[in-house]
Amino acid sequence: MTNEKKKGEFQVVNHSVPRRDGRAKVTGRASYVSDVKLPAMAWAKVLRSPYPHAKIVSIDTSKAAARPGVYGVLTGNDLEGINPYYGHAVKDHPLLAIGKVRYVGEPVAAVVATDERTAFAALEFIEVKYEELKPVLTPEDAMANDAPLLHDRQFEAGALRGFEGEVTAGKKSNICQEHHLKWGDVEEAFKKAAAVVEGEYYFPMTYAYAMEAYVAIADVNDNGVTVYSSAQHPFMVRHDLKAIFNLPVSQVRLIVPFVGGGYGSKSYTKIEPLAAACSWKFRRPVKLQLTIEEAMLTTRSDDAFTWMRTAVDANGKIIARQARIYMNTGAYAENSPLVVEKSTNRCVGPYSIPNVQIDNYSFYTNTVPASSYRGFGCAQVTLPGESQVDELAAKIGKDSYEFRVMNAAKHGEEFFPKMRPFEGSLKEDLDIAAKALGWKEPIPKGHGRSIACSTSDAGAYPLTSTAVRVHADGSVTILTGSTELGQGSHTVLPQIAAEELGVPFEKVHVMSSDTAITPYDRSTGASRTTTLMGSAMIDACREAIQQMVAMAADVLKVKVEQVEVVRGGVRVGELQLDWSQIISKYYALPDGEVIGRAYIRKAGRFSQIPVFWETVSTGVEIAIDEETGKIDVEKLVTVGDVGLAINPALAEGQDIGAATMGLGTGLYEELVYEGAQLMNGSILEYRLPRFKDTAKEVELNLVENQDGVGPYGAKGGGEGSLNSMAANIANAVARATGVRIRHAPLTPERVWRALKERKAQ
Amino acid sequence: MTDVKQIVNLKFTLNGKAVEVDCEAEETLAEVLRDRLNLTGTKISCEVQVCGACTVLVDNLPVSSCTYLAYEARGKNVVSIEGLAKPDGTLHPMQQAFIDEFAFQCGFCTPGMILAAKALLDENPKPSREEIIHFMDGNICRCTGYVPIVRAIQKVAGTLENKPHK
Repeated sequence: MTNEKKKGEFQVVNHSVPRRDGRAKVTGRASYVSDVKLPAMAWAKVLRSPYPHAKIVSIDTSKAAARPGVYGVLTGNDLEGINPYYGHAVKDHPLLAIGKVRYVGEPVAAVVATDERTAFAALEFIEVKYEELKPVLTPEDAMANDAPLLHDRQFEAGALRGFEGEVTAGKKSNICQEHHLKWGDVEEAFKKAAAVVEGEYYFPMTYAYAMEAYVAIADVNDNGVTVYSSAQHPFMVRHDLKAIFNLPVSQVRLIVPFVGGGYGSKSYTKIEPLAAACSWKFRRPVKLQLTIEEAMLTTRSDDAFTWMRTAVDANGKIIARQARIYMNTGAYAENSPLVVEKSTNRCVGPYSIPNVQIDNYSFYTNTVPASSYRGFGCAQVTLPGESQVDELAAKIGKDSYEFRVMNAAKHGEEFFPKMRPFEGSLKEDLDIAAKALGWKEPIPKGHGRSIACSTSDAGAYPLTSTAVRVHADGSVTILTGSTELGQGSHTVLPQIAAEELGVPFEKVHVMSSDTAITPYDRSTGASRTTTLMGSAMIDACREAIQQMVAMAADVLKVKVEQVEVVRGGVRVGELQLDWSQIISKYYALPDGEVIGRAYIRKAGRFSQIPVFWETVSTGVEIAIDEETGKIDVEKLVTVGDVGLAINPALAEGQDIGAATMGLGTGLYEELVYEGAQLMNGSILEYRLPRFKDTAKEVELNLVENQDGVGPYGAKGGGEGSLNSMAANIANAVARATGVRIRHAPLTPERVWRALKERKAQ
Repeated sequence: MTDVKQIVNLKFTLNGKAVEVDCEAEETLAEVLRDRLNLTGTKISCEVQVCGACTVLVDNLPVSSCTYLAYEARGKNVVSIEGLAKPDGTLHPMQQAFIDEFAFQCGFCTPGMILAAKALLDENPKPSREEIIHFMDGNICRCTGYVPIVRAIQKVAGTLENKPHK
């Protein structure tokens, strides 16, 4: 374990060190893929399907290809020689439609030209003949007896691991995935319950809306495939590209500079295969830069229709929860099978419930493919889960905050069978939230308050490696496969290395996310980087120190046991040497280096899944205008149970960022389909949180009991405060008005209609 | 439809220096800055002047360079994010405040955000919280929840009630 230092004893860690990328980002010098140009680079533009479900009868590209400046047009008919299907869960996704389109917006052809305008202008000269098929648009459509099958073949498995179930996709139905969770006896428990609440809930499709749309530059040549990408998980994209081009891992290189926002939407492979196929076909580097509107046709979150019931006994103890969830996962599986598993698990919440049964299904439909989004299915099920906790408390006449405290899982409790025991201080977290929100104080008329909480089986799969290079001048380069999405990995990781090596933060430099250089790291998601890459960083620094102790013994001609490690170097008797002196003496030149390395796998302290429980409590006070249904957030409180914040300001920044996204889905964010057409796939119609939506008062809290498995007792953060926000809004509205709304977002219209119905009754 | 491109010659002041550049008549200021002058600090996101990521200052006023024709900038004084720090590298107080207050994460909205904030304080040196929110509402940030950005602006304006970071 690595938590021997206690809070207050750290030199670099647990301090709000300014961001390492600060100067680059405020001066415009930070480079994103959209800023990268390669010599002789061509540009690609994509023609997209106007139909939700159709056979492609023919494509005539001759006119487009003949235009000046056009190098060629790629279609699904031109992919012989490569394996065009990819996918993290199952390989169901063609890099361009092959024979059939499955959603409005699916890429059908790509023009490659000298520049973006020329490529774009050529698109309208491509002639495609379609034969329309009956579309499947909702889970209900997908389940119908006469529903057409979106996919009619068996799929090869993708890279998904650490996954309990099998992927259902491709087994002669439109079910993309199902996952079931059961312990105890729910039927029996509901029979003997003192009170039960039951309801149907809807959580909308949302778009993560990274300000930087997807972008990739691919260069495929005799040396292999090199791709600059805005991907969160370069090593996962490498996995798909090596299979597409049938190449060894060593010949596929993903380079990810700064990423302009991810929030899960840049997880896994997106446009890289198409960019690479264009480069392969037309033998030159190709840049594919989507617009925001195209990005909104590339991925979204799964929406969820949930039926749930929850029961208490006469003492107010939650004794049972049952749910059935139907998710709409769109045309391709992407990472949704994992979203299904995670949302199943996350139905339970941070409570110890003896009887649980969750049945969760996701369906292929002719809509934009859904995949990962910050929180991984947790928000979808926390709306019903935390709504029902409030509904139950009200039903049995208990204060909802006290009811939560009473049912809260305790540290070390095995509240979820076969999983890592709960870690965290939920009672303390809830107390802090209640105090910050003024829970016991009188509520002004027209206001409502809510406190809610969630816990997520987070951290993804523990497979991470790193190398730490200590140079002869005492400066350090850390190699990390984790990408800098804005979450602050380029700051937090060198803080940890500086703490361990006892060198100033300024002397530690980061080389990140280049699969040809940086050691393997499975992903940058599920709040895992600080915990897993941070732990690897500690191990690698300590391994480097061990090597330098041996070197010191060698050059000083003493036994290793005589060498004592001190901050920033070693001591032998009266003699002190820093790392620079040791390395220089060892090589007999002021040059050379020492390389420490570390491998994290599912073993030892990381043998149990999840890697950690990400637990966050949140609270809001809202003001509601009953005339218009408009909700203003008066106060926002977050309490992140993070074990130890390596950089408190960054941890708080994650919490308020996630909470703001959560408020978005609670209040107005929603992708709206009318039939097969996405009606609001642009910034003009998709309502995002803006300056005017910020809460009047914000209080961000961190609970640091050093009880996590990560560095110095840290656990991950960054997603949790999103998860309970929609429930908070619904609960606060219920408290303010007595009206329970089970459909997010709680837009003014939806609230106004619900209030009007109440008056009518 | 004709493929003949109309090339125009533009002269304007950019970050305090005279520049002259040939571009197509339909090119936006963002395209000229990024593609012709290699100043990629100006970011392009929504392309419909809604998100503010591409904000630059033209004669001290914030404009969305993604839809502002470069031709319109002829003879004018343009400031992009690259022109804010002093030649010796000293940051503009707004840039420094964004670092100090952790007012960005991914950084994609940051150049536009900083320039919009500078324009606000140039016009109104001591804005209230409401005035800041009103002025800045045309700039979208998806990472920070806006609160630290408001703090950064208040810090430069000297109106921040201080709550130092741990």
